[in-house]
Amino acid sequence: MAYLNEIWFVLLGVLLTGYAVLDGFDLGVGILHPFVTRNDKEKRILMNAIGPLWDGNEVWLVTFGGAMFAAFPNAYASVFSAFYTAFMMLLCAIIFRAVSMEFRSKQPYRLWRAFWDGAFFLSSFLIALLFGVAVGNAMQGIAIDVNGNYQGTFWDFLNPFSILVGLMVVVLFAMHGGIFLVFKTGGELRVRISRGIWASYVALLVLYLITSVYANLTIPYATMNFRHFPAAWIMPLLNAAAIVAIPVFLLKKRPGAAFMASSFTIAAFIFLFGFALAPYMVHSTLGPECNITIYNAAASQKTLGIMLIIAGIGMPLVLCYTVIIYRVFRGKVELGAESY
Amino acid sequence: MPDVEVLSRIQFAFTVGFHYLFPPLTIGLGWLMVIMESMYHKTKNKIYEEMARFWTKLFAVTFAMGVATGIVMEFQFGTNWANYSRFVGDVFGSALAAEGIFAFFLESGFLAVLVFGWDRVSPKVHLLSTWIVALGASFSAVWIVVANSWQQTPAGFHIVGEGAARRAEITNFWEMVFNPSSLHRLNHTLIGAIILGAFFVMSISAYYIIKNRHMDFARRSFTIALVVAFLSSWGVLFSGHLQAKKVSETQPLKLAAFEGHFKSDGGGAPLYLFGLPDKAAREVRYGLAIPGGLSFLLHESFTKPVPGLQDLTENEEDWPPLMATFQTYHLMVAMGMFQIGLSTLGLFLLWRKKLFEARWLLWVFVFAVITPYISNQAGWMAAEIGRQPWIVYGLLRTSEGLSQAVSAGQVLGSLVMFGFIYLLLFAVWIFVLNDKIHKGPAPAGGPHEHPEGMGTGFLAAAESLVDPGGESMSAAHDK
Repeated sequence: MAYLNEIWFVLLGVLLTGYAVLDGFDLGVGILHPFVTRNDKEKRILMNAIGPLWDGNEVWLVTFGGAMFAAFPNAYASVFSAFYTAFMMLLCAIIFRAVSMEFRSKQPYRLWRAFWDGAFFLSSFLIALLFGVAVGNAMQGIAIDVNGNYQGTFWDFLNPFSILVGLMVVVLFAMHGGIFLVFKTGGELRVRISRGIWASYVALLVLYLITSVYANLTIPYATMNFRHFPAAWIMPLLNAAAIVAIPVFLLKKRPGAAFMASSFTIAAFIFLFGFALAPYMVHSTLGPECNITIYNAAASQKTLGIMLIIAGIGMPLVLCYTVIIYRVFRGKVELGAESY
Repeated sequence: MPDVEVLSRIQFAFTVGFHYLFPPLTIGLGWLMVIMESMYHKTKNKIYEEMARFWTKLFAVTFAMGVATGIVMEFQFGTNWANYSRFVGDVFGSALAAEGIFAFFLESGFLAVLVFGWDRVSPKVHLLSTWIVALGASFSAVWIVVANSWQQTPAGFHIVGEGAARRAEITNFWEMVFNPSSLHRLNHTLIGAIILGAFFVMSISAYYIIKNRHMDFARRSFTIALVVAFLSSWGVLFSGHLQAKKVSETQPLKLAAFEGHFKSDGGGAPLYLFGLPDKAAREVRYGLAIPGGLSFLLHESFTKPVPGLQDLTENEEDWPPLMATFQTYHLMVAMGMFQIGLSTLGLFLLWRKKLFEARWLLWVFVFAVITPYISNQAGWMAAEIGRQPWIVYGLLRTSEGLSQAVSAGQVLGSLVMFGFIYLLLFAVWIFVLNDKIHKGPAPAGGPHEHPEGMGTGFLAAAESLVDPGGESMSAAHDK
């Protein structure tokens, strides 16, 4: 099996896409939550819209981490030690997010609820932002030496391009979460949510244009693979079409189609990110001999093969449960005895 | 400032130790919920539904803590132990990935049905979800224990590369999974978790009985948990015995450190009940020992010699830290013995129909929940400290596993952050748990939350300052 490295690179992309599409909408709900809700009940409706789903969505990230550890241990070790401080902030946000939902409605006190509401918003915002910042840095390359050890500082990560990508992810997820909430809410709350969707959509368009131009001007290898595989141009075109389709579907009152379009937009961004990188996992700014590729970072062929069997058994099961869970919890939010 | 290695070890120990407060409880409690909800289906008695619902609420709060703190663990291998990750990724990573795919998706998906699905799915599907969550929680223990056991007793691999590029590569997946210590360690860990679940239920139930509240609920919960505690605390003794024998074969230095056994004099080795190992003097001070006891436990003979630390290697740098290994191991054993004694006594009095009148004993049960916490933590510490100075036993030293790109300052910063967050979360967890315990179970079919019991402590005082009209209380009643 000669193509195991490529297959695993694609599978990591699939896991990352699963994470971004699914956790993307629940992060988006967290980002929109202070802007579209007016009272405690509405806040609870938003939290309970994602209550049964967010935990399973986050497992995609956990599995992505485990799979990267197993399939590309060198890349896993280099990237996570390089992003140390940023990653600790991400972990802090993930912890706060999980418990803010669990604890928020467990006490009636206004201070208590305000604290966890704030934690819920800030952590959702920060996770989306850091996710984008990481993608931005990965696109540009980081200062990794020949042994895979990072030589830069935390502040190097906060460059204009990465922050742009970070903000773009924030508004992308906010829009995606808003579209998801169309299914879960009604009345005046839904009117406010739809305003939130439009605001994030406009912001997304602006940031998308700026980052695209910026990437093409400053990152030489961003479009390199298109020269070898011109057929791949279909993806940015489809991506643009999906972005245009979102408001069209929303205006035609077809939120299901709009949600598919925004999911496709996220998937297409991750495709373009992976396609720009491949076959590299990390571009080093210290010279081409320091680059980490899907060949020099990979585990043995035997491990990649075993993992493919594990994934082959596991992924269909996962898709089955996902469908079951989403079916059980379809429909508008009803606050009940077990709600958050 | 302490160096990166010390700080990274403290951080890892602290974050695992804190994380490990929650999964054993959810594993144990999960299986008790399975018993209760199964009894509801068998008897159709509403009291069992009430029990399943109440313990599920406590389960959910604890599960969220386990999820939140568990994600830290997975990424810490990469952030703090990059060289270790490069060394073991080929072998260790597949177990972590398998945990994600086979266990996490299962438990997190069906947890939603368990917690939010009472009125959305049929009772049968709900029971099935309870089974699935309990199984899923145990499956994740399987893969984590497999990964950990491989670090203790590596198998199914070979070493490739030289120097910094040296790493373990898998040769046989099943030999890696079923490495010499996997099954023994897994039994011991899972039974330890079940003991914790049982003592947790007994603690709260005993409190209700003492306070004369929810009597039927509390007595039935207590009885189920007591039977489970009796079986599992005896079970852990046998699994622990088998595991100690396995350690004596695979990690004899660790076993010698557990027992403070410095030198074989050719005769039987003593078994210390307690004492202070003294490395310089090569003896255990202030100890009480059963002569030949260790030899008997390992070889069924009081006179067969057991190799001591000094016989295994004169190089003291290869010895695990003796005091910590010895004391944590003995603490685990002592707590286990206490659990056996207490659950046996409890079961005897239950049989004589005197248990629920014995208030003093019920008070002991209220506080005894701390003992499985101590034994689980101490057992884990003994196993991990006893592995030192190796991060992968005999292959890679802990000092060689560090991230080169991370500074002491960064680790210190993150350690302070974790210390602060975890302290806060722990307080909140206890506060919410305590509140739920005070509210107690809701009668099945009736309102699920009692309105009383809200508004205690300083938060209520703070509330009255900011919200004199009690407006937010009415919001709470929307529940």
